[in-house]
Amino acid sequence: MLPEPELDDLYRDIILDHYRQPRNRGKLPKADLSGEGYNPLCGDEVTLQLIVDNGKVRQVMFEGRGCSISQASTSMMTEIIKGKTIAEVREMIELFKAMMTKDQPAAPELGDLEALEGVRKFPVRVKCATLAWNVLQDILKEVKSKK
Amino acid sequence: MINAQKLRQDFPILSRQIHGQPLVYLDNAATTQKPRAVIEALKRYYETTNANIHRGVHTLSEEATDQYEDVRAKVAQFINAPEHDPSQILFTRNATEAINLVARAWGGENLKPGDEILLTVMEHHSNLIPWYLIAKEKGARTVFVDIDEQGFLRMEEFKKKLTSRTKIVAVTHASNVLGTINPVAEIGKLAHDAGTLFLVDGAQSVPHLPMDVQKIGADFLAFSAHKMLGPTGVGVLYGRKELLEAMPPFLGGGEMISKVTLGEAAWNEVPWKYEAGTPNIADVIAFGAALDYLQEIGMETVQKHEQELVSYALRVLSALEEIVLYGPAKPEQRTGVVSFNVGTIHPHDISQILDSRGIAIRAGHHCAQPLMRRLNVVATARASFYLYNTPQEIDLLVEALKEARKFFGHVARTRT
Ligand SMILES: Cc1ncc(COP(=O)(O)O)c(C=O)c1O
Repeated sequence: MLPEPELDDLYRDIILDHYRQPRNRGKLPKADLSGEGYNPLCGDEVTLQLIVDNGKVRQVMFEGRGCSISQASTSMMTEIIKGKTIAEVREMIELFKAMMTKDQPAAPELGDLEALEGVRKFPVRVKCATLAWNVLQDILKEVKSKK
Repeated sequence: MINAQKLRQDFPILSRQIHGQPLVYLDNAATTQKPRAVIEALKRYYETTNANIHRGVHTLSEEATDQYEDVRAKVAQFINAPEHDPSQILFTRNATEAINLVARAWGGENLKPGDEILLTVMEHHSNLIPWYLIAKEKGARTVFVDIDEQGFLRMEEFKKKLTSRTKIVAVTHASNVLGTINPVAEIGKLAHDAGTLFLVDGAQSVPHLPMDVQKIGADFLAFSAHKMLGPTGVGVLYGRKELLEAMPPFLGGGEMISKVTLGEAAWNEVPWKYEAGTPNIADVIAFGAALDYLQEIGMETVQKHEQELVSYALRVLSALEEIVLYGPAKPEQRTGVVSFNVGTIHPHDISQILDSRGIAIRAGHHCAQPLMRRLNVVATARASFYLYNTPQEIDLLVEALKEARKFFGHVARTRT
């Protein structure tokens, strides 16, 4: 058993659930936007693919190898951004990063992602949680010019 | 025989609690803990002897200079440098800087376009990047020897790749991931027969086994004090005297010159030619206490103790379900380093669970990304032992790994 309350803060049930059964994992035959990220500290890798339709994220898939935190964070991210407008997704990235790196409490818009707030107590793991979000932020930079 | 329980009392940090449990420190390949003798040597130096060296004509400066130079002599003896001549021992910041010194000073002067630097896939980034940098600058090439499935260097391939283009062979004595002890004496002989130089990265060997630079035929040997009970901030480069005398300096500044005029300078003698500026006097002196401590126990005894631990660790770890162990199967062929993976649980997650039980291991690529790629993993977990570790600590490791499997275990089965 793991009596450590701190560990439970990190490995919340919902995180383990997404780690065990990642949502939107796989490869799209064709994507409008894609990008990959790498965390040299632990070797985590993530590839993201997006289909954007009418200014909204219609489809998103990811592939990668990594720890439970990076995999769960990516899986939860794909779930929450699906169907959202690019502007909403950008807002979501800001809110998530503010929670992870600026010690701000989870915004209600973040929904289940609130479970990752506990990662903040483990500074070396913050990079695992933000990896996919940085990739998302990067690939959205292309959106304006592509439109 | 080492009485580890008794030795542990010499290491204040080992009585620390982590998350309410006794510290089990199994990250010795990253850095080792320090005995009281080393901590006290540091304190004693600052409280009684502190002065700059080689400069002042006053008592403190003379005492500090003597103590600093005594350690150089101790190192020369510790690694059995030819004639125990201390002028072949240079102090740097760490093993990394020692290798950079050779790549810059020797490589800068001697490498030509088309020349080859022979390395292996198991090198630490410290013994790769300095060579990449100088090779790029000089138009030279880096060439790599592969390992076999057990984690041994493919010596037939080595012999093929050692050619008239090879100007230096740079190989780690012991792998910081696999624990493999490489046949450095054989490599040294082959290198010299082929007329090339031989640099040994001793970061993972000098702390763990008896070192004899003459026996292994090393032209250069690099290692770090902090991995052998000494303080951080001190590295050693041994170099054969004629090489050190012929090479240009590495850094310029005070101490490394004999005569300076406007626009010109003449270099000081070795070893001082390579020690520009005020060196890390206090830590070098404290390193002397670490060498005394190790010598008192004896490096053969240290090696034997680690082999017993590794032998036990390999036995109990291999009984765990879903564990993959890397490196040679026989304990005699390795140092006290054991890398592993458990199912598909990421090493970071393993390390986190272990930390909650006070157990410190390393998780990641261990600064050996080419080797990770060769092993086809993104990372490994690594337990590494030293003279104060006990079989009981390995039992605690095994118990904690079982917990980690329970915690993440079903992941391994649902995701393939
Ligand atoms: C094989 C090997 N070489 C070189 C180094 C570099 O040592 P340092 O970081 O003290 O320079 C290490 C340390 O991790 C190592 O394991």
